[in-house]
Amino acid sequence: MIKQNAYAAVFGGVKEALSIKNWLFPLLGIVVFLALWNTSASRINTSLGEFPSPVVVYQQWNSLVNDHIEEREKEVAFYERQDVRNAKKLANDPDYIAKKRPYTGKPTFFDQIFTSLYTVLAGFGLASLIAIPMGILIGLNGHIYSALNPIIQVFKPVSPLAWLPLVTMVVSATYVTDDPMFAKSFLTSMFTVTLCCMWPTLINTAVGVAAIEQDLLNVSKVLRLNWLTHVTKIVIPSSIPMMFTGLRLSLGIAWMVLIAAEMLAQNPGLGKFVWDEFQNGSSNSLGRIMVAVIVIGFIGFLLDRVMLMIQRLSSWDKTQVLR
Amino acid sequence: MSSVVIGTTISSNLVFAEIGEPEKEDLTFGFIKLTDMAPLAIAYEKGYFEDEGLYVTLEAQANWKVLLDRVIDGQLDGAHMLAGQPLGATIGYGTEAHIVTAFSMDLNGNAITVSNDVWSKMKQNIPHDSDGKPVHPIRASSLKPVIDELKAEGKPFNMGMVFPVSTHNYELRYWLAAGGIHPGYYAPSKGDVSGQINADAFLSVTPPPQMPSTMEAGTIHGYCVGEPWNQQAVFKGIGVPVITDYEIWKNNPEKVFGVSHSWAEENPNTHIRVVKAMIRAAKWLDEENNANRPEAVKILSKSQYVGADYDVIANSMTGTFEYEKGDKRDIPDFNVFFRHNATYPYYSDAIWYLTQMRRWGQIDQFKPDSWYLDIAKKVYRPDIYSIAVNELITDGVVEAADFPDLESETGFKPPQTEFIDGVTYDGRFPNKYLDSFSIGLKGKEDI
Repeated sequence: MIKQNAYAAVFGGVKEALSIKNWLFPLLGIVVFLALWNTSASRINTSLGEFPSPVVVYQQWNSLVNDHIEEREKEVAFYERQDVRNAKKLANDPDYIAKKRPYTGKPTFFDQIFTSLYTVLAGFGLASLIAIPMGILIGLNGHIYSALNPIIQVFKPVSPLAWLPLVTMVVSATYVTDDPMFAKSFLTSMFTVTLCCMWPTLINTAVGVAAIEQDLLNVSKVLRLNWLTHVTKIVIPSSIPMMFTGLRLSLGIAWMVLIAAEMLAQNPGLGKFVWDEFQNGSSNSLGRIMVAVIVIGFIGFLLDRVMLMIQRLSSWDKTQVLR
Repeated sequence: MSSVVIGTTISSNLVFAEIGEPEKEDLTFGFIKLTDMAPLAIAYEKGYFEDEGLYVTLEAQANWKVLLDRVIDGQLDGAHMLAGQPLGATIGYGTEAHIVTAFSMDLNGNAITVSNDVWSKMKQNIPHDSDGKPVHPIRASSLKPVIDELKAEGKPFNMGMVFPVSTHNYELRYWLAAGGIHPGYYAPSKGDVSGQINADAFLSVTPPPQMPSTMEAGTIHGYCVGEPWNQQAVFKGIGVPVITDYEIWKNNPEKVFGVSHSWAEENPNTHIRVVKAMIRAAKWLDEENNANRPEAVKILSKSQYVGADYDVIANSMTGTFEYEKGDKRDIPDFNVFFRHNATYPYYSDAIWYLTQMRRWGQIDQFKPDSWYLDIAKKVYRPDIYSIAVNELITDGVVEAADFPDLESETGFKPPQTEFIDGVTYDGRFPNKYLDSFSIGLKGKEDI
């Protein structure tokens, strides 16, 4: 049954995507935007040259792709040299345990995209793990809600830039191991993301839980469901739409926060890429930053779509309009 | 003296012994996007680190403070540092931590740039030669009337430098003071770390790559920074470099390679190997009269290193320097990495930085001459450098003639006279040197 529903949901989505209304107008929008961008770009003269036009951005995209290919070739050579060196060491000292170490060259644009995605998902996942149970708890119990509400209200509006120094110092002080499983930079980015993005999920879940229809609550009472069954069968399913609204907001915030955190703390990822290019002050810099801006936007959009799809799959009310 | 004695005995014992395997093979070094990080980039790209069995990752840092903090807390194994940074950190000015250096990365390489507006006013006070070009070196006395004029209007004259204990801060202050402009005192014990007490020119910190845009925005009227950020101002047409640090103090020490003292203790073999690789890189950079410089510029212009355009970096790295647009002059020693014993960590260089910290109040109490030498010995480690050089000589990669005589070297350069104000510097007598300035703290003075 669930499988069929899921299929219908996906199929419905595909069918919708193919209708004229759904591609003509977006295309028109994009064309007009590109034209506007092209004409205004030529009028903005910065000290690094003209503001990049769509054509320049496309060229920079290509150069980033080439950079990536070139770097991969260097990586292969690096591993070959390493193997030779390890073999030599092993010949000198049979007890030597050769360590296969990762490439030490620069991360390319595409490596940075991957790092950012990985970090944002980790931070968002952690935030959801905290926010959903807590949201359910405070939604169910008015007392806990009143106790936690002031804290939530105070921490919710704090900017990532304010959290970052604290998180950085705390991570450096507490995460001390000789052979760390995670890089400190990854942890600081991730925790900053978590701290900033958990609030919408938390609040929306709480509101969703608190607003369950009285009929459903009555059903639960009549059937004398125990607490756990009540939560899993009644509370969670009926609060899913609100929960997902929160999750989607959270993921959007997570992505924005991550880029800012990476820029400020020089943690690997797209944010660092942008900052590095800005610091380079080369004539290619603006074009490359623009590539990053578009990619950041595009990934943000994709993340939202993925959440929407998960919501479609997990929501019991398929008649609900989702956009 | 004891550490030197130990150092030389160790090095002479080790001439025929090979240094052991590195304790730590995976290393991360930090740098700031400046052309003088070149020895690191070259040692990486030319495989010199790998030859030593080291797998190094080079990471650009946001600013000097972040870089220093990351070396202190161990995120970085070592870094390209301002010569004043290990000294400042060790005496506890700013973040306190014991940092050491066994390798001096380069000589010279900085310049002072002013905005077009300031230049047009300064220019009227500068004599011109028969070709109509301004006579160099340009003295700060030609800037004084400009500042006085602003002062009369009640406006401050602001300049940027990169860090409170940076070479640039001291060079800029030196130049200003030599022209009769007071750059202001620090008074850390009174909580004043802005360095603007009694100032005619107000100096503040701006990270190197942001200098041109900050000046363009009008926040500062000029700055002192390393390359390529002066040539960038020329290319952008937003400012004019008026003087290079080579003209303020000929062959002044600039950057060092710094590691934390505890790291150096835990990884002695690694440390020596790092220094070996970097000495080779420095040699490559200066070889055959700078023949490798174009290739070096190409490497530096990659986005992971300095990242500025090739032409901008080449302007200063290939032995020339462009002042006012079109006024390109030969300065073969603008960036020195190897010749003139550039890589040797001289105590006298360390002491010069300490004298300037005292001169401007960062060290706010009188210190005896012996204190200066003690700190220099605590931070500068020619013993480690000597072992590395001896190894390289044994390997046949370098010749002994390329270096000072390591057995007899005292760590003190002979008294240096080539300063813009004509004052002589002898590192053995720091207090006597301080007394010879008309502007600056001397003797037991305090703020």
